[in-house]
Amino acid sequence: MAEALANYLPQPIAYLMVGLLQCGLLLLVPFIGAMFFVWVERKVSARIQDRLGPTRCGGKYGWLQLLADGLKLITKEDLRPKDADAVLFRLAPYVSFCASFAALLALPFANGWVAQDLDVGVFFILAVLGLEVFGVILAGYASASKWSLFGAMREAAQVVSYEVPLGMCVVVPVLITGQMDLVKIGNMQQGLFTNWLVFHDPFTFITFWVYFTCATASVNRAPFDLAEAESELVAGFHTEYSGFRWLAFYMAEYGSMFAVSGLAAILFFGGWNGPLPIVHMLGLTPENGPVLAWIGNLLGLFNFVFKCVAGVTFMIWVRWTLPRLRIDQVMQVCLKYCTPIAAVMFLGATLWTFLLPGGVGLRSMPYAYRYVHATAAEPAEAKAPQGGVADASRADRRLVALTQSAAEGK
Amino acid sequence: MDAINWHSLFFLLFAVVACGSAVAVVVATNIVRMALCLIVSLGATSGLFFLAGADFVGSMQLMIYVGGTLVLLIFGVMLTAQGPFISMRTGGGDWIVAVMLSGCLAALLVPAAFSVVAWRNQPTVAVDAHADQHAADERGATAKIHQVSEVGTHESANDAAAVSFEGDQIGEGRPRTSTHIGLGLLGARVDRLQPGSADLKPGMAGYLLPFELVSVHLLVVLVGAAYLARTKRRAKPQREA
Repeated sequence: MAEALANYLPQPIAYLMVGLLQCGLLLLVPFIGAMFFVWVERKVSARIQDRLGPTRCGGKYGWLQLLADGLKLITKEDLRPKDADAVLFRLAPYVSFCASFAALLALPFANGWVAQDLDVGVFFILAVLGLEVFGVILAGYASASKWSLFGAMREAAQVVSYEVPLGMCVVVPVLITGQMDLVKIGNMQQGLFTNWLVFHDPFTFITFWVYFTCATASVNRAPFDLAEAESELVAGFHTEYSGFRWLAFYMAEYGSMFAVSGLAAILFFGGWNGPLPIVHMLGLTPENGPVLAWIGNLLGLFNFVFKCVAGVTFMIWVRWTLPRLRIDQVMQVCLKYCTPIAAVMFLGATLWTFLLPGGVGLRSMPYAYRYVHATAAEPAEAKAPQGGVADASRADRRLVALTQSAAEGK
Repeated sequence: MDAINWHSLFFLLFAVVACGSAVAVVVATNIVRMALCLIVSLGATSGLFFLAGADFVGSMQLMIYVGGTLVLLIFGVMLTAQGPFISMRTGGGDWIVAVMLSGCLAALLVPAAFSVVAWRNQPTVAVDAHADQHAADERGATAKIHQVSEVGTHESANDAAAVSFEGDQIGEGRPRTSTHIGLGLLGARVDRLQPGSADLKPGMAGYLLPFELVSVHLLVVLVGAAYLARTKRRAKPQREA
């Protein structure tokens, strides 16, 4: 796209424009997402508590509430405690927000519609989402308030410990598909909804629920919102924040909720593939030209965003349904239940893939198969240089093909 | 208008950020700001890795050093830094030792860096990217067809293998870095490939065994640490009336 534009404009400007456009599109996700989800949260909580939710702000279903919230937060005075560390206090919300935003870089929104097509997309998203905890710690420390510090410590402890089962759950789809590339993982689940990895075997089905629990905890949603000390009526690490900086924390929270739901959608629920292969039946695939592929991707985008919003709504629903846990209960759920279950699921999925190599599972090991074939045939050449030539040369050719395909592009 | 060398531009950006915040770690007096500068420095280093096409190493840097080690560090600092320790000033003697040590290291590293022939007098990025890209695409396509046909004839049962061969490239013809690392662990030399190469000893497991040994070792260390750190139960529970 930048190259095409560079024919008409000076090259630096073309690159800058395309870069800004892509950044803007990505930024829309946390911005619009946060506004929309805050409104959804109010409406859902109101339904659950048997009241109406936003009613005074006008508009159908009170949608003007979005604008009212935004205006209020932007125009609020930017306060800072007297003893706070000024630089760190101002920096902390942006650290949180950047971490949550950077996770969206590697998240594909449809087949190939991804800001940065990373080979290790899953890994990158997990690594970057883990950085959000720095914003929390910095905010808690720099606020010069003991409640903030308590909140930050609890939250950091919780986030760091829940990364362990979360990572183990994510490994299961990676193991089955043999990929860490999110675009490929999504494309492997094409076809009927039975191809989705959550229905691949019983272990992945359970893994999904463990994943979702850990994801809820690692983005600090209730029932795991331990940062807030309710008995003292303070709001955890962002007690001292007001106005736009507080908004940045909130956008980070909703942004990472969207990111983990998107990861769940791609890893377990087929990503941008709908329950029926409508896109393929209509022929809206890249083989039939870029325009049709674009339309197909648009449908895929709709699917994907629908799945993400469903995930976030589910988190909101859980928040207003279940009671909060104590800190020891939170740690117990993580260490005594989630981690061992995730480990057992990992083992089970491994055995399932080995013992029942069919469907998607077969694709996980071509490299290993062919490498073993290639090396197993090689001693034949060493022992019997006359007889084993055909066999060995075939093995060599295979190995060369295998490694060339890996080394290609250099 | 000349094409801007974006690679060099971003390399300079990340390098300046990494070095600048590394200096800031040394200069800063507040211990938490030091930690923050360290985060920025390590993050910029991972940016350099991404720029070099090493996605896996870059993510690893983010996850292990920035996300793991530094969180522990900050926890440690915040829990222990009180009163006199919260701002640290370096004494004159420390400065002398530090300058001597870092001077020795620089004296080692700088000549080593300039002795690499390939880094001198060579443009880093092919300006004629279009032609190169096109050629690479063609090469990749023919190679793929070749592989797929071969695999198809020899392993008709394993047709899924062909599928995976198709998808060995990600966008823009970049190689898949994690595949390299995986093959390297299995003992394949992805950088040097001739049929029947002596580097490929039959039945050799590559670096898989050392890798597994290190993992088990780390696990044992973890379990040991948990055992040592657990709350000790008293041998004789004392009862108070």
